[in-house]
Amino acid sequence: MLVLDRVGKTYPNGVRALDGISLEVGPGEILAIVGGSGCGKSTMLRAISGLDTPSQGVVMLDGMPVLGPHPKIGIIFQEPRLLPWLTVAGNVGFGIDDRPKAEREDRVATALARVGLTDKADVWPRELSGGQAQRVAIARALVPRPEVLLLDEPFSALDAFTRADLQDHLLDLWADSKPTLLLVTHDVEEAIVLADRVMVMRPHPGRVYDEIADDLPRPRDRQSAAFDFVKRRVMAALDRSLDRAVITAEGETKNSAGAALWW
Amino acid sequence: MSFGPMTITAGPTTEPAKVEQTVQKPGLSRFARPALGLILPVGLAVLWELAVRAGLSNGRLVPPPSVIFNTFAELAKTGELQRHAAVTLWRVGAGFGIGVGFGTILGAITGYSGLSHRLIDPTLQALRAIPSIAWVPLFILWLGIFEASKVTLIAVGVFFPVYLGVMGAVTSVDRKIVEVGRVFRLSGPAMIRRILLPAVMPAYVLALRSGLGLGWMFVVAAEFMGASEGLGYLLIDGQQLGKPAQIVAAIVAFAVIGKLTDWMIAAAATPFLRWEDSFARR
Ligand SMILES: Nc1ncnc2c1ncn2[C@@H]1O[C@H](COP(=O)(O)OP(=O)(O)O)[C@@H](O)[C@H]1O
Ligand SMILES: [Mg+2]
Repeated sequence: MLVLDRVGKTYPNGVRALDGISLEVGPGEILAIVGGSGCGKSTMLRAISGLDTPSQGVVMLDGMPVLGPHPKIGIIFQEPRLLPWLTVAGNVGFGIDDRPKAEREDRVATALARVGLTDKADVWPRELSGGQAQRVAIARALVPRPEVLLLDEPFSALDAFTRADLQDHLLDLWADSKPTLLLVTHDVEEAIVLADRVMVMRPHPGRVYDEIADDLPRPRDRQSAAFDFVKRRVMAALDRSLDRAVITAEGETKNSAGAALWW
Repeated sequence: MSFGPMTITAGPTTEPAKVEQTVQKPGLSRFARPALGLILPVGLAVLWELAVRAGLSNGRLVPPPSVIFNTFAELAKTGELQRHAAVTLWRVGAGFGIGVGFGTILGAITGYSGLSHRLIDPTLQALRAIPSIAWVPLFILWLGIFEASKVTLIAVGVFFPVYLGVMGAVTSVDRKIVEVGRVFRLSGPAMIRRILLPAVMPAYVLALRSGLGLGWMFVVAAEFMGASEGLGYLLIDGQQLGKPAQIVAAIVAFAVIGKLTDWMIAAAATPFLRWEDSFARR
């Protein structure tokens, strides 16, 4: 169980990026996080991953506070961030370097097979396409078998077709060990296809605005009326989250940009 | 050119032909291009040789290739060339080692920590602005005219490119890649070994090679200031005794050994840079 208890983050330059985020995510749950640009989504994931420390509150995993990068918490960034001097297999095995060689090779081979890149094991990262590179990044994050996997807009740099493909891959991989997933995305459909719950954030400072349950049967049909219903609810919540933000931000008289431009 | 009509008359067969051509093209130019570069120097050498043989010039100030070759062979046979080359090589080696050592350590420190950058870098940049040869009189006063002052001068020449290269490389290591190391909880030494070292390696090899280049330049300067041994001494000796062939032979020796040592660094670095190199090789 991942618990955030009144987590706040104020950057050294005075920007209040997060304020009073309280959140519980159960084992195996998939939580999607949406919200306007700059509302602290990345800041929140970085606080959970231990890359940054919260200024207030505490992140707890299974009852223990997370004080730095944690062996049971993995993260996937928007860019693959592969190490160019390691082969694909070397990158995938990067996090289990302390294991015996045989076990390492076995787990790397399994992971590569699961993301469909067995034939690329000995290739350098720069020879991969964007989608392949992100699949390697996913494999690298999953090989140490994290309990919690954080994904910060992992597919936003990819074309629509590759993105749909990787969403399927992600669900497949998730089914293997059922880690908790926290997925930040600006693609509402992606959130609804993948998540059990969609959390909407609002900015200045970043707070939880709304949570929408998403218990559609899997695999999910983007064309169905039920899907559309959930999507409308999320879009409406997003819209409102931005309206409020404009009103509460002191001195700001901007008009709401409206649904089409919420990100 | 001949592909035009073929494409029309024999559709299916053009495909392999095209492939063959695109494959051959880089292969041909790989040999053709260096060969083109050889035409001018080899042509001039042959022309000069012929001119001297034909009695158009006595070739005393500009010796023909055959005389240079003979001088070279003779110096090699008496073992003199090897002795002088070994001394020069030793000086470059010692100066290079010292310069690389200091350059690497100081470059890493100033690249890594902003405070030490502000403390140390301005002084070093000011020193860098001084033409290094200007230090020679001081080095001789301090260290005498023998090996110490020579090696020091070479070390100073090697130091700056290595220092700048390492500092730049360390400063520009991608923070995002370092974060990958942090996510996997690498210890300090592991972070250096698995992330920082490989990340700075390409720039470091470049810095070493330009440092070595300067090392060879400075060994000549060092040996001009009163040496009794070394390839630089052969140059001076050839000038004073009016033996241009000996001068050219020493220059050739410099070129060959310089190129060889540079190639050794490149070769030693190859296994660490395959990930980068494989692109250039294709
Ligand atoms: N390292 C940082 N230093 C200062 N301010 C930052 C830093 N990172 C993010 N911010 C600010 O914090 C707010 C939230 O940023 P971020 O978490 O990146 O938002 P999101 O990922 O939702 O787009 C923004 O106003 C941003 O400008
Ligand atoms: Mg972000």
